[in-house]
Amino acid sequence: MTIPGWIRRSGAIFLKELTQMRRDRLTFAAMLAIPVIQLVFFGYAINSDPRHLPTAVHAEDSSPIVRSLLHGFQNSGYFDLSRTCDALPDCDHLLSSGEVTFVIHIPVGFTAALVAGRRPELLIEADASDPVAASSALGYAESIVSSALRNDLTGSLAGLQVGREPYGLVIHPRYNPEKKTQYNIIPGLLGVILTMTLVMITAIGMTREVERGTMENLLVLPARPGEVMIGKIAPYLGIGAVQTVLILIAANFLFGVPFSGSVEILALGLINFALANLALGFSFSTIARTQLQAIQMTFLFFLPSILLSGFMFPFRGMPGWARGIGELLPLTHFLRVVRGVMLKDASIRDLQTDFLALLAFTIFVTGIAMFRYRRTMD
Amino acid sequence: MSEFAIDVHGLRKEFGGKIAVENVDLQLPKGEVWGFLGPNGSGKTTTIRMLSGLLSPTAGTGTALGYDILTESEEIKARMGYMTQKFSFWTDLTVRENLEFVARLHLIDDVASVVSATIRTLDLQDRQDQLAGTLSGGWQQRLALAAVTMHGPDLLLLDEPTSGVDPLARRDFWDQIHRMTEERNMTALVSTHYMDEAERCDQVVYMSRGRLVAKGTVAEMIANSGLVTFRADGPGVRKLMAALKRASGVEHVAYFGAALHVSGTDRSLIERTIGELRSQNIEWREVVPNLEDAFIALTQKAGVAGERSA
Ligand SMILES: Nc1ncnc2c1ncn2[C@@H]1O[C@H](COP(=O)(O)OP(=O)(O)OP(=O)(O)O)[C@@H](O)[C@H]1O
Ligand SMILES: [Mg+2]
Repeated sequence: MTIPGWIRRSGAIFLKELTQMRRDRLTFAAMLAIPVIQLVFFGYAINSDPRHLPTAVHAEDSSPIVRSLLHGFQNSGYFDLSRTCDALPDCDHLLSSGEVTFVIHIPVGFTAALVAGRRPELLIEADASDPVAASSALGYAESIVSSALRNDLTGSLAGLQVGREPYGLVIHPRYNPEKKTQYNIIPGLLGVILTMTLVMITAIGMTREVERGTMENLLVLPARPGEVMIGKIAPYLGIGAVQTVLILIAANFLFGVPFSGSVEILALGLINFALANLALGFSFSTIARTQLQAIQMTFLFFLPSILLSGFMFPFRGMPGWARGIGELLPLTHFLRVVRGVMLKDASIRDLQTDFLALLAFTIFVTGIAMFRYRRTMD
Repeated sequence: MSEFAIDVHGLRKEFGGKIAVENVDLQLPKGEVWGFLGPNGSGKTTTIRMLSGLLSPTAGTGTALGYDILTESEEIKARMGYMTQKFSFWTDLTVRENLEFVARLHLIDDVASVVSATIRTLDLQDRQDQLAGTLSGGWQQRLALAAVTMHGPDLLLLDEPTSGVDPLARRDFWDQIHRMTEERNMTALVSTHYMDEAERCDQVVYMSRGRLVAKGTVAEMIANSGLVTFRADGPGVRKLMAALKRASGVEHVAYFGAALHVSGTDRSLIERTIGELRSQNIEWREVVPNLEDAFIALTQKAGVAGERSA
């Protein structure tokens, strides 16, 4: 059996890259260590769903209804009613010193006004200096209050439950719909880590040849652009696979992220996504003149990937133009695939548009790479 | 099919409007070894890069091994060996790995045994597992030569292949080139700054300021230079240097050990100058100009011509 020439030449470049990669121990180690380090940083340190936030209560009214209301806050797990304050200046101090994140104000005559249907106002003051920390707890305030009162507003008071809420809740307007951040962040991290490492490593692939002066030799050897591309990205498909396994193992052991879906669909998504990134990196390396430029291009791409893909901020919460950009990024589609498979047991039909988008992206950037590949030194 | 391994006309290369190579016509018959000479920056590397398809000419056309240098560079690359002036193999691969990589790209069957044979003929056995980047300069050159000849090319383009190579290795190298041309009718174009290497070539071309200004065998080059050279020997002869440089008819003066070589193209003028400077303890005698004298004369002549036309 004869193996076609293009496969043999791609294989030659593949072996060369593999040998060079093996010899560059530091980069090799970094490729494997970065995922684990990032995972630990993001997974443990960055928690946008903090609980048991210290809360002071400024209660100028007291009744069973108020008590059960406060109970509701405490039991939610988000608010830790650890302090009380009697005078407003004391409350302000607690908040400004950072001793508490929230102050819940129950105004004079709250119960009476509530029962009389006069819609008393319940005020929650929040330390807005770290809006992320406060926002998810605040997101629950509404439902805490309404469910606490639902139990009390019975019998003759049941009429108050009809129509508008019988009280006004004044809170910080932020809202975070996602409940368990780590479940969401860690599958997303898989995509972020693969984006960064795979794009960067292939982006320097050709520029390194240029900077080391080996490009003159490579160009004069009988390897066609497509063969060089295949040979140069193939080793990193393997690296990507190892990174993925590491991250998935860590996700399960360190953070207990469930895996509810199909491994096959996830693998298919990963291959698609890794190819998209590798092809992109390679096309960067055909455009950049130096390794530094290639790395800068990688970061230029990395930033919107993190911000607009739905990794950092909920995709549905973004304005239209930002979503438009997001739809062009492989990470956006991969996040849907990985979150869909891992958390929602999505089927391949549920995800087919995302698969097609990834494929289209790969074809497009490969086209750019082939167009931009320098066949000569000028 | 053309009987020339290289047949190009009117090659020209500009870099950002600056002309590096201009109006190069070159017909290199198959089976010959040609030397490519010229001062630094004259355009030798640029010309070789255009012939190998590494640079696209700004103007001009031609073929290498019968394939169009503009459109069929893939065909040319498969049948050609090009050794770059600067070492451009992979410094983080070993000698053997570099050779294996090149052999695989050339689709050589049985890579291991071909590479082993190459390593043996070039006497690289002891260094085959050494990283190419840690080889000494001369050994790097030998590795490069091994790599570009391994696939049995029909055309070799060698850009200063022996710079930094010791005399014994240089002789081996030239023996090998001639053996390949005889055995397989291979053609070679070799750029060099060494005059003794030029003398090993069937013909030489001489480039100056981006133009080919002379072509022929070494003897023809010397004869065509129209140079007369006198040698001055004797005590204190070196003190004449300054006066000779200013004297009319003298185009070039060079130290040769304790002696001076005085050259010019106008015999009567130079003889008159020598007559004026004659003194009893200095002996003057006419010698056959060597290639170096001829080339220096060529360079200076081209320089003057270049200035005139500018
Ligand atoms: N990529 C480039 N960009 C701009 N100018 C260039 C480039 N390559 C070569 N040149 C210029 O073209 C001219 C010819 O250079 P070339 O390298 O061909 O000379 P050479 O004869 O090989 O010299 P040497 O004997 O020093 O190797 C020089 O003036 C050089 O500066
Ligand atoms: Mg040169």
